[in-house]
Amino acid sequence: MSGTFVGMPAFPEAARAAVADERLRGNLKHATHTIRAKRAAAVAEVSDWAELREAGRRIKDHTLRHLDHYLLRLEESVTAAGGTVHWAADAAEANRIVTGLVKATGESEVVKVKSMATQEIGLNEALEAEGIRAYETDLAELIVQLGHDRPSHILVPAIHRNRGEIRDVFRSEMKEWGRPAPEGLTDSPAELAEAARLHLREKFLRAKVGISGANFMVAETGTLVVVESEGNGRMCLTLPETLISVVGIEKTIPTWRDLEVFLQTLPRSSTAERMNPYTSLWTGTTDGDGPRAFHLVLLDNGRTDTLADDVGRQALRCIRCSACLNVCPVYERAGGHAYGSVYPGPIGAILSPQLRGTASEIDASLPYASSLCGACYEVCPVAIDIPEVLVHLRERVAQGGPATRAGNKVVLRPAKGHAAERAAMRATRWAFGRPGVLRTGQRLAARTRWLHPRTLPGPGRAWSATRDLPPVPAEPFRDWWERTNGGRDDGAAPQDREETK
Amino acid sequence: MRVALFLTCVNDTLYPDTGRAVVRLLTRLGVDVDFPRGQTCCGQAHYNTGYRHEAEPLARRFAEVFGGYEAIVTPSGSCGAMVRELYPRLGERARAEGRGDGLATALAPVVPRTYELTEFLVDVLGVTDVGAHYPHTVTYHPTCHGLRGLGLGDRPLRLLRAVKGLDLRELPGAEECCGFGGTFALKNPDVSAAMGADKVRSAESTGAEVLCAADNSCLMHLGGTMARLRTGLRPVHIAEILASTEEEPPA
Ligand code: SF4
Repeated sequence: MSGTFVGMPAFPEAARAAVADERLRGNLKHATHTIRAKRAAAVAEVSDWAELREAGRRIKDHTLRHLDHYLLRLEESVTAAGGTVHWAADAAEANRIVTGLVKATGESEVVKVKSMATQEIGLNEALEAEGIRAYETDLAELIVQLGHDRPSHILVPAIHRNRGEIRDVFRSEMKEWGRPAPEGLTDSPAELAEAARLHLREKFLRAKVGISGANFMVAETGTLVVVESEGNGRMCLTLPETLISVVGIEKTIPTWRDLEVFLQTLPRSSTAERMNPYTSLWTGTTDGDGPRAFHLVLLDNGRTDTLADDVGRQALRCIRCSACLNVCPVYERAGGHAYGSVYPGPIGAILSPQLRGTASEIDASLPYASSLCGACYEVCPVAIDIPEVLVHLRERVAQGGPATRAGNKVVLRPAKGHAAERAAMRATRWAFGRPGVLRTGQRLAARTRWLHPRTLPGPGRAWSATRDLPPVPAEPFRDWWERTNGGRDDGAAPQDREETK
Repeated sequence: MRVALFLTCVNDTLYPDTGRAVVRLLTRLGVDVDFPRGQTCCGQAHYNTGYRHEAEPLARRFAEVFGGYEAIVTPSGSCGAMVRELYPRLGERARAEGRGDGLATALAPVVPRTYELTEFLVDVLGVTDVGAHYPHTVTYHPTCHGLRGLGLGDRPLRLLRAVKGLDLRELPGAEECCGFGGTFALKNPDVSAAMGADKVRSAESTGAEVLCAADNSCLMHLGGTMARLRTGLRPVHIAEILASTEEEPPA
């Protein structure tokens, strides 16, 4: 994925700073709790939500199982409609293709529709390196771009910023990129939106090349779909002469009819709207309307490797609604940047270590960035069992094992730093396999309980830094059971009980 | 009815009072309780930390130890969810990896007979008023595995509402995780502590004296946090509330 995140510290360290940042926590809490409540209400309105969720899961699973077939079908229909299809195995190839296409038009500026795929491959940086400027036109993306920042949420990339911060960014940065912010700009949402509109209008009217992603690609008709709220996407999709869409191969769905399901579940799950304000669909090129040239770049970048994993592949069902981020208590405290990827939150924790592999420190730490509370699974509109995949990936990190990388079957070695844990897990399993051993341990603990510290050394220190340990009771349950014949003989505890509280 | 108590390793070692409360409560309701000595640990920590293979022999042991009982009752939502939700996956996985049907077959009879305590009371015994008396203000935290793993729903609340003298306070943001998550608390201590502190603060805001839950692991994490934050709250397992009567208040 994008080079931007290389060298990120592991999740726990990255999260520490975020947890300590009061303002960030406040912004995140406010934003996620608001959207969480709205989503729940929007979903509760639909009487057949469970069926829709199941239908979405099935359509996606079916398509993924026959992805080779549907991709060829898609290529055929896109080509027949006057588009050109390009296949990109990884980020570098995709960037090369797009940069080449833009250069061929002779342009040095492009306007962009908000797109996760182009962020994933670091397209803006790749274009920049070739002297091409990419302007983000989604309001939140614009805030992130102007602020020299990174997105921290799938849907609301600037979720970590409040209004005052946004006003400051507009005031100081807009002039560097085009039309400056109006004099005396305040932090009122209407004024901020108007400033962005004026700034962007200039770009829309001038740009000859537009770059987008897509939420869905319909194999049967070759139609691409972008679902958005602001209408800026529609401007980019219709005004420029050349349109280049970079889309992950997993976004394919078989038929037009399948859209019916996702156009209901996506808006409700993401923005808590019954229907999103703008749904743009385009099929190849049409004489006298829209772009003259249309290119579709189909992006793999780790997706077929993910598809090869029978537990992990369900992550590819994701329709990027971001509902899982908004309910995740870990995301709420750690913020999006701690995940070190354009995909933060629960979906990021399972997608990034699959797309990128688990070799880096950050990727190896992501499967542990969850308390397995299950809130993400509960809200996911395509029923991705995120906790199950997290545990599966933990096994890969801790124990190594088979995986597919760049199309090859490999056997991964355990990630560094898990040897002590592995030994502990084996030892406890050994002890738990022998009730006698467990009991001896319990008795020893009970007998030495006066000596137990309330704080722990080593890896346990972090626990006891913020929490007291419970005192060890004088007598484990199994000894009481035996001594009192299951409570039938009345027996007082052998030692003073007040210590156990 | 003869049921087996699956107490779990955490309760056995650190919270024997909870075990005694379950025995007292079930005996009062006319249930014949046994504690099979061979029991140890469900393997949840192993499974969830990525050591599925270490969890398998523990699942097999569970099937052997509890195989002969009509019902298996546990006062732990998370260990209950381990058995009910994840044991079948262990069996399937062993099969998929070519290690035969043995584990799946051994687990088949015990999995559906395992009940979390409140589930057993409401669904199997069909009681919501267990005749308890507990004159305190209480707020209830539905732990994640009980709530989403087992789908306990409002069973615990119905039981608590029927307790005489008990003043039940609604917990704001009840469905949010407390941040324990087993080894999560060790691996991501800062986030875990922040989650715990927020949970304790919202429990405190209810004005309750007691924070009650159906899982001592979460209560251990929250209790440790309460002690540090010097709140007036106490963590109490729901079994101890339900076992309490006027004649026999909790220890
Ligand atoms: S994993 Fe599910 S909930 Fe999360 S973004 Fe994807 S579709 Fe939405």
